[in-house]
Amino acid sequence: MKMKKNLFGQSSDFLQNNLVPIMFIIICIICYPLAGFSPSYLLNEIVTRMGRNIFLILSLLIPIMAGMGLNFGMTLGAMAGQIALIFVTDWQIWGIPGVVLAMLLSIPFSVLLGMMCGKLMNMAKGREMILGYMMNYFVGGLYQLVVLFIMGPIIPIKHASIRLPRGYGIRTTVNLTSLRQCLDNEFAILYKGVKIPVLTFIIIGALCLFILWFRRTKLGQDMRAVGQDMEVARAAGIKVERTRIIAIIMSTVFAGFGQIIYLQNIGNFPTCTAHTQIGMFCIAALLVGGASVEKASIGNVFLGVILFHTMFILAPRAGAAITGDAMIGEYFRVFVSYGVITLALIMYETKKRRAKSQGGQLLAQAQREGGVRS
Amino acid sequence: MDKSERLQQTRLNQLVNTYGLPRLIITGFLIFLFIMAPVAGADFPTQITNVLNRFGWNAVLVLAMVPMVHSGCGLNFGIPLGILAGLLGATLSIQFGFTGALSFVMAIVISTPFAILFGGGYGALLNKIKGGEMMVATYVGFSSVSFMCIMWLMIPYTHPSIVMAYTGVGLRNMFSLDNFYANVLSDFLKIDLNPIDVNLVIPTGSLLFIALLCFLMWAFLHTKTGTAMTAVGSNPTFAKASGINVDRIRMLSVILSTWLGAVGILVYQQGFGFVQLYMAPFNMAIPAVAAILIGGASVNKASIGNVVIGTILFQGLVTMTPTVINSLIHIDISEVIRVIVSNGMVVYALTRKTEGGK
Repeated sequence: MKMKKNLFGQSSDFLQNNLVPIMFIIICIICYPLAGFSPSYLLNEIVTRMGRNIFLILSLLIPIMAGMGLNFGMTLGAMAGQIALIFVTDWQIWGIPGVVLAMLLSIPFSVLLGMMCGKLMNMAKGREMILGYMMNYFVGGLYQLVVLFIMGPIIPIKHASIRLPRGYGIRTTVNLTSLRQCLDNEFAILYKGVKIPVLTFIIIGALCLFILWFRRTKLGQDMRAVGQDMEVARAAGIKVERTRIIAIIMSTVFAGFGQIIYLQNIGNFPTCTAHTQIGMFCIAALLVGGASVEKASIGNVFLGVILFHTMFILAPRAGAAITGDAMIGEYFRVFVSYGVITLALIMYETKKRRAKSQGGQLLAQAQREGGVRS
Repeated sequence: MDKSERLQQTRLNQLVNTYGLPRLIITGFLIFLFIMAPVAGADFPTQITNVLNRFGWNAVLVLAMVPMVHSGCGLNFGIPLGILAGLLGATLSIQFGFTGALSFVMAIVISTPFAILFGGGYGALLNKIKGGEMMVATYVGFSSVSFMCIMWLMIPYTHPSIVMAYTGVGLRNMFSLDNFYANVLSDFLKIDLNPIDVNLVIPTGSLLFIALLCFLMWAFLHTKTGTAMTAVGSNPTFAKASGINVDRIRMLSVILSTWLGAVGILVYQQGFGFVQLYMAPFNMAIPAVAAILIGGASVNKASIGNVVIGTILFQGLVTMTPTVINSLIHIDISEVIRVIVSNGMVVYALTRKTEGGK
């Protein structure tokens, strides 16, 4: 009897913890026949998108470990990556050296922006997410200032192909023809119509290994301690503020690399708007994979990318098939991405609150029993 | 001598502390713009007219922040929800065949039950997640806007001036209010000084309507319920101890905010002359939030004065920078300045320590 109850409890727990992935699996299964894509086309699309997005999403893991929630400020790293790409395009450095140089160049920008973001987040403890979210827009303004007005008169831009005709500022779209898919095509394997970008996956694998290793280092342990309880960590002699800033800086740097990988796959980017949606899609994908605001693993990232992007590919076609209007499917996938984030945030906040009140109840009970001795 | 100097310095410090450095910079910048306007060749009365007009469009949306800030729910990033209620009111009022000023009144009437419904659900949700309202509010706004995008296509509207031109199914992205309630408020008792060669037009009706709403809000905050709301916002534990139903008050404040958001968008539309649907409500939260913060509000404190000052400063910035800066240095930098200023203001406010516990 007791075991039965336990089993039931377990399965309901499992359901509760994996509600979002299960929902997505169901959506994908329903949409798949309606959309009518061939399996090889679908598989090819998913593999391409995995190579494109996983690195970016992995950059979210470290702040979650440090208890800073979903790093909506990862967009800052994306902007740093874009600035580096603009320079590399201007200097006409082609192929893999160009990508590597862009990655190296993005580091100082990412570190600077990450440090700023981390410092501000330390000033707004408990409100990190909304602050990171607002930082997107704020730094987005600074980015536009740099790209549209400072690049040209102050920072020299030589090449006319990326400069606006008015003589300063960057054109609305930056063409990355010379870098296009140079990582993806290296050692790529074509198998039954599915192109597997081996080098990109090796880079992603390296980052996964790095994260696994990093968790075991002193700094990684410190971050987890800070994530669990800031005061306890402080009492144990961990420099809480510094650890949190480092977590954000690492996330920002990786997001910069991720954006460069993402854009080399696509092959061009709209100068002022390429970064705006990145944070939202990455966070939604991570949450779809079953992560929550305080807990995320590499497995969540992979599952999330596959499910989220399958939905993303299938939804417009399936929506058009059901309603006869392609726009409905389009809006549906936007709604789902926002809805998932909303759901995850609500679940996180209610859980946090329940834990708090439970703690209070436990304390009260202990006091009633006369057990609390100081 | 030394003493008075020091006194002056502390007074300056005090001013900076109470007024806030960014606010001081923005006010200074705006004054600079006003002084430079004649130099740049911009007509001063025209500028004033623009600022007044924009104030008339936006003030109610900014006012919608006040109840939620008062009850401690933080800045209402979920204002798109209220805007959606307003849009439902606007479209349904036109669909039912109302025209002219009556369509405006009916739009408010029709949007009210939606605002109460949305606000009630939203308030119940926010009561479950005390302390994390702002982030959730942002995403509740986003997901409801994208959900309504589907609805605008699915609800069977038929009125020819609002549905898509070719198919007749689904609403247009944007439609004109010329035969409906465009300028009903701003044309009421309008003072137009153009005949005596001054480019000044005062939208008296809009200003009166805003003054009325502000007065009602002020009066409400001084009733028993209003005082309870302030108590809940500044110290929920104390409020609970003195027998106030905290959840109910918070819910009320959210409903009020949502309703004001609905009225706010209708007022905005009557000034602007168009209704914008689909993704348009997406980006309406941040300007309103930024405006009230520029006016001197913080995450848990806001007054009617903050609303008025904030809206004037923010809209002044929005209208003055393009004309003045562009003609001074011939660079279209104003949009970027607006983005940096408004978002920087929100970031600044979030990093301030809040008084009173949550």
